[in-house]
Amino acid sequence: MTTVAVKPATMAQALTRALRDAMAADPAVHVMGEDVGALGGVFRVTDGLTKEFGEDRCTDTPLAEAGILGTAVGMAMYGLRPVVEMQFDAFAYPAFEQLISHVSRMRNRTRGRMPLPITVRVPYGGGIGGVEHHSDSSEAYYLATPGLHVVTPATVADAYGLLRQAIASDDPVVFLEPKRLYWSKDTWNPEHPTDVEPIGRAVVRRPGRSATLITYGPSLPVCLEAAEAAQAEGWDLEVVDLRSLVPFDDETVCAAVRRTGRAVVVHESTGFGGPGGEIAARITERCFHHLEAPVLRVAGFDIPYPPPMLERHHLPGVDRILDAVARLQWEAEG
Amino acid sequence: MTVMEQRGAYRPSPPPAWQPRMDPAPLLPDAEPYRVLGTEAAAKADPDLLRRLYTQLVRGRRYNTQATALTKQGRLAVYPSSTGQEACEVAAALALEERDWLFPSYRDTLAVVARGVDPVEALTLLRGDWHNGYDPRTHRVAPLSTPLATQLPHAVGLAHAARLKGDDVVALALVGDGGTSEGDFHEALNFAAVWQAPVVFLVQNNGFAISVPLAKQTAAPSLAHKAVGYGMPGRLVDGNDAAAVHEVLADAVRHARAGGGPTLVEAVTYRIDAHTNADDATRYRGDAEVEAWRAHDPIELLEAELTARGLLDHAAIEAARQDAEEMAADLRDRMNRDPELDPMALFDHVYAETTAQLREQRALLRAELEAEQEQHGEPEGGVR
Ligand SMILES: Cc1ncc(C[n+]2csc(CCOP(=O)(O)OP(=O)(O)O)c2C)c(N)n1
Repeated sequence: MTTVAVKPATMAQALTRALRDAMAADPAVHVMGEDVGALGGVFRVTDGLTKEFGEDRCTDTPLAEAGILGTAVGMAMYGLRPVVEMQFDAFAYPAFEQLISHVSRMRNRTRGRMPLPITVRVPYGGGIGGVEHHSDSSEAYYLATPGLHVVTPATVADAYGLLRQAIASDDPVVFLEPKRLYWSKDTWNPEHPTDVEPIGRAVVRRPGRSATLITYGPSLPVCLEAAEAAQAEGWDLEVVDLRSLVPFDDETVCAAVRRTGRAVVVHESTGFGGPGGEIAARITERCFHHLEAPVLRVAGFDIPYPPPMLERHHLPGVDRILDAVARLQWEAEG
Repeated sequence: MTVMEQRGAYRPSPPPAWQPRMDPAPLLPDAEPYRVLGTEAAAKADPDLLRRLYTQLVRGRRYNTQATALTKQGRLAVYPSSTGQEACEVAAALALEERDWLFPSYRDTLAVVARGVDPVEALTLLRGDWHNGYDPRTHRVAPLSTPLATQLPHAVGLAHAARLKGDDVVALALVGDGGTSEGDFHEALNFAAVWQAPVVFLVQNNGFAISVPLAKQTAAPSLAHKAVGYGMPGRLVDGNDAAAVHEVLADAVRHARAGGGPTLVEAVTYRIDAHTNADDATRYRGDAEVEAWRAHDPIELLEAELTARGLLDHAAIEAARQDAEEMAADLRDRMNRDPELDPMALFDHVYAETTAQLREQRALLRAELEAEQEQHGEPEGGVR
């Protein structure tokens, strides 16, 4: 892959550009949601789209998430490709009925005759000092629902590439945007903006030999930092960025775990019933004989997302990851 | 000529079960928002009530400016100011009896404080040390609700339960214009009307849901008109006229208490400040509109009425300001103290009885905090 990094950009900017390019390329693409017009969205991701494409293509909807997603279903049934914005993770919940009962299973119910190419953009996760209901990690709910793709970028290039792919997909995609990475800068090649792996492929962001950290979205930078810190203690950590939770890339994940024999899954959402349990089980099923220690999870606590002044105690940080890595060693010896 | 018309004997009859259920006319709101201040109706208003409203309005305004200042000092994570809407907030609290309940949304801190909740505890959610700072049962105030309109069915349920128990308790639920688009709004009003629950819905129509103006929110003639479809009366009131809002709400509360069922009140007001301190209102509205509403200020309207009628003199105005300053100073002082944070409390109230799983996680955090303490000395908050 040729990635001549020529320009620094933020994840939010890359997302905006992806929306704009998708709308320009295909008149069927419609953006809709609360405050996506004049305001450009509360995170400014839809900034300028109404100006450029008109209110019919980038629409401020009434304040009703079930209505937003429900009308998107009808629009998609008539051939449009709606991209809907849920303002924050916890405000997508009113739309769950539509998502679970219709969006996710329309293809299946109609024996493939009625695909729904809808992209549901959900800013998710904590670490931005948001008050209650502004920091949930809701990915476990989505990935427990067959029929949905669940995608989450952790880099600027993926923000662009994955969003373009999501919009182009003939299946509904829940596109989870790690809001604390919106403003993180990265060098990015706008000449080849879509030049990233497809949805469904994980990527090794850092090769290593002694253990594999498996992560996605907001926890990727934390894992990379932990890998750097671990070097001092003689650990050569590999870091896998899943990018896509559904479909799940068993191949890349298992190859990585077989190389190192040890794995830690890291994510912000709760550990119990969270994505890490599924991932650990898959690894155990497929790589049991290669494992030198149990697969460990470093996750958020099993509590409602805490208020901002206490969130640092909840979010998996470098130290908690390093402690888990140390336990891998102990397990191996013990 | 259609086939039906050719068959001359055919006479369509009405569906057998259909009957008009009621005359919608009495449910319809007035053509214009009801006003008291500056009209003849003002002469009937209770002077003591007007003075109480005035003191609370002045306090409320000061609370808003103080809380906004605290966001600039990083003492509050966020503050949604209700400047311009104080009349709705204050009247909401004063229209209730002590035994009644208030169901506020996140912008309604003033109503919560006017109901007697400690000003600092009312800000806990927005400061970010806990999700809710007060015991809802002490003052009969539900937690400030952030997900829009979700508190409305709660209000209906509580009012219904009170009636089932034979208590003459009324619930007042507050919601914004944007919130009226949510499914929960519809479901709450429908339940309330079908059950004839003693609940009053107050919509503070302040013109915007963040950036979205009312015209993009609803095509209804007014939000008060929505009541008719559910079978309850809709009332339209000038939301900057504290006397009018109080009168209409007090009426609706009395009506509910007497077994008359729910009312939907739309108060027409304006959000003078941005949505929150984090919002940039220049992206979606011009100054002229804001200035026009500034000229219809709830405090000035009431002050003019009271002064004209000789119910308020310079000294009384000063006294109200003084009272507000004292409240603000106290708020500032107490908010400038670091809140006592105990990270271990994260595990305290997840279940009535904690689980083995959470005890394990609690132990992990305790070990981390102790390690932190060894490294850096005092950790934040005490470690239990
Ligand atoms: C279910 C839900 N969706 C979205 C939001 C995000 N949000 C917070 S305030 C707001 C606008 C609310 O407008 P309105 O109901 O008119 O109340 P106001 O802020 O004007 O008081 C939005 C969209 C939310 N809090 N809850």
